[in-house]
Amino acid sequence: MKKGFPLVSTIIVIISALFFLVPLYATFQFSLQALRGQLSFEAYNVVFADPRFLSTVSFSIIASAAAIVLGSIVVVPTAYWVRLKLPKFRPVIEFITLLPLIVPPIVLVFGYIRLYGSNSMLPLLNDDLGTNLLLVIGYVVLSLPYMYRSIDNGLSVIDIATLTEAAEILGASRLRTIWEVIFPNVRSAIVSGAFLTFSISFGEFVLASLLDRDAFGPYLVLIGEDLAYEPAALATMSFALTWGMMILMQLFASRKPGQRLLSRKSPPTAIAPAQKAAA
Amino acid sequence: MPLTAKTPGVRAVRRSGLWNWLGVLPFLLFAAMFLVAPTLYLFIGAFQNTTGAFTLDNIFALAGKDIADAYSLSIRLSLVSAGLGAITGLLLACAIVLGGLPKWLRPAFLTFSGVASNFAGIPLAFAFIATIGPLGIVTVLLRNLLGFNLSSTGFNLFSFTGLAVTYLYFQLPLMVLIITPALDGLKKEWNEAALILGATNMQYWRMVALPVLAPTILGCFLLLFANAFGTLATIYALTSSRFSVVPIVLFQQIRGNVLYNPNLGYALALGMVVITGLSNVIYLVLRARTEKWQK
Repeated sequence: MKKGFPLVSTIIVIISALFFLVPLYATFQFSLQALRGQLSFEAYNVVFADPRFLSTVSFSIIASAAAIVLGSIVVVPTAYWVRLKLPKFRPVIEFITLLPLIVPPIVLVFGYIRLYGSNSMLPLLNDDLGTNLLLVIGYVVLSLPYMYRSIDNGLSVIDIATLTEAAEILGASRLRTIWEVIFPNVRSAIVSGAFLTFSISFGEFVLASLLDRDAFGPYLVLIGEDLAYEPAALATMSFALTWGMMILMQLFASRKPGQRLLSRKSPPTAIAPAQKAAA
Repeated sequence: MPLTAKTPGVRAVRRSGLWNWLGVLPFLLFAAMFLVAPTLYLFIGAFQNTTGAFTLDNIFALAGKDIADAYSLSIRLSLVSAGLGAITGLLLACAIVLGGLPKWLRPAFLTFSGVASNFAGIPLAFAFIATIGPLGIVTVLLRNLLGFNLSSTGFNLFSFTGLAVTYLYFQLPLMVLIITPALDGLKKEWNEAALILGATNMQYWRMVALPVLAPTILGCFLLLFANAFGTLATIYALTSSRFSVVPIVLFQQIRGNVLYNPNLGYALALGMVVITGLSNVIYLVLRARTEKWQK
């Protein structure tokens, strides 16, 4: 290849960078124009003064957090077990976890509404609690491809067979092995899966809207229909939140297993005293 | 003595086998209840009439004017946005991987792409309204500084072109993410060998690199296609329900049975899954083939 100045590449990179960055900047700039002729944070004040903003944001944060917890509980033991005991079965499980990429969210929630509606065997949609649960389950399903891949990658770099054997020799039960040995060792993988789960479910619209939940996604659409500058303020905040999460995730993901971000007592050290006692 | 379940050794093996399967049972149950069953329920409904008898009427009804139009619009929009995304994404990936630019650009763009490929949704729609909407920053800037009226070119954010440009914001980064490993897989020796044999850089690309990359590019294109096909939130926030792509029609059907036939809604859902499913399966097959070949 020619070793001159890479003119074409430079032009491509500059145009792409502009395409990526201009909308982000423009959104922020637009959000400051709520008052005629001056720049102000008026749009943000309006948003924060709206009680529905706080209620929908907290609802969506709780729903996303619940999806992260439920997702980890479903995925970690499964990925661990499949790697340890059923390696031949791994492609099948992997295929199942990829299915949500094939089934669009709108189809998934349509199925939920029909299958768990009031006339069904399991009428989850009859009350608020059941509907919220179904929403969280839907988010777990939507993020399954990312969660599973992230945790499976995390498991591939630790020696789970040896860890399990060691835990068994020390007298740990299966559940205790998973909870106190496997979970802490894939913590950074869980965190990166958690980030993706959060970014999928926090502003999610289709499921929340069709299950009639007062979540952040439907609220965004409502604001977008009625107001001009406030949507830009909301978009700016949600981009900032996404980037903040991304930076946090990078911090966690760059850690080695067992290394702590903040030094505090954590479950894996429970093995150490036991080892000492055995010696 | 025949081996039966009562033979001690066999029982132990059987039990440990069963025990092994018990470990994945919660997951399988979860997937069956909340992924497979709801989808299958719709598929079965697609082949039933309102009394529950088997029929193909719903499938044939998909060819009716309104629904065929919705599919055609969805497919055209997805093709255009996937094509745009694939070409621009390939160009950008080539520039940052092979372009001889500063090293830090690559992780910077890849990290950004990781985030931006998930930006699909309502905030993205708001961002583009603020940028190139009728009162958007760029629209106003072009008009005030250059006297250039964006809408005089026929451009409208709330139209087919506008949607394709908006989709590009998550399609381009997705392409960069999935094509970069393939570009890394292009061996330096191939380029050197071609140049030693007297090929020009152009010839190397046309006769070596592109044929090697072709299946991957096609696979990525299909993944982008499926990605655009299932998108609902962005388009809904931009155009409400005026732009009748398949997900929007299905959304309205779920809200208020606008098709006046619940089973036709099931057929609509089936059609969506068939299209996204086929694209994804071909993508996976093509990827598996290239991976095998590159070893």
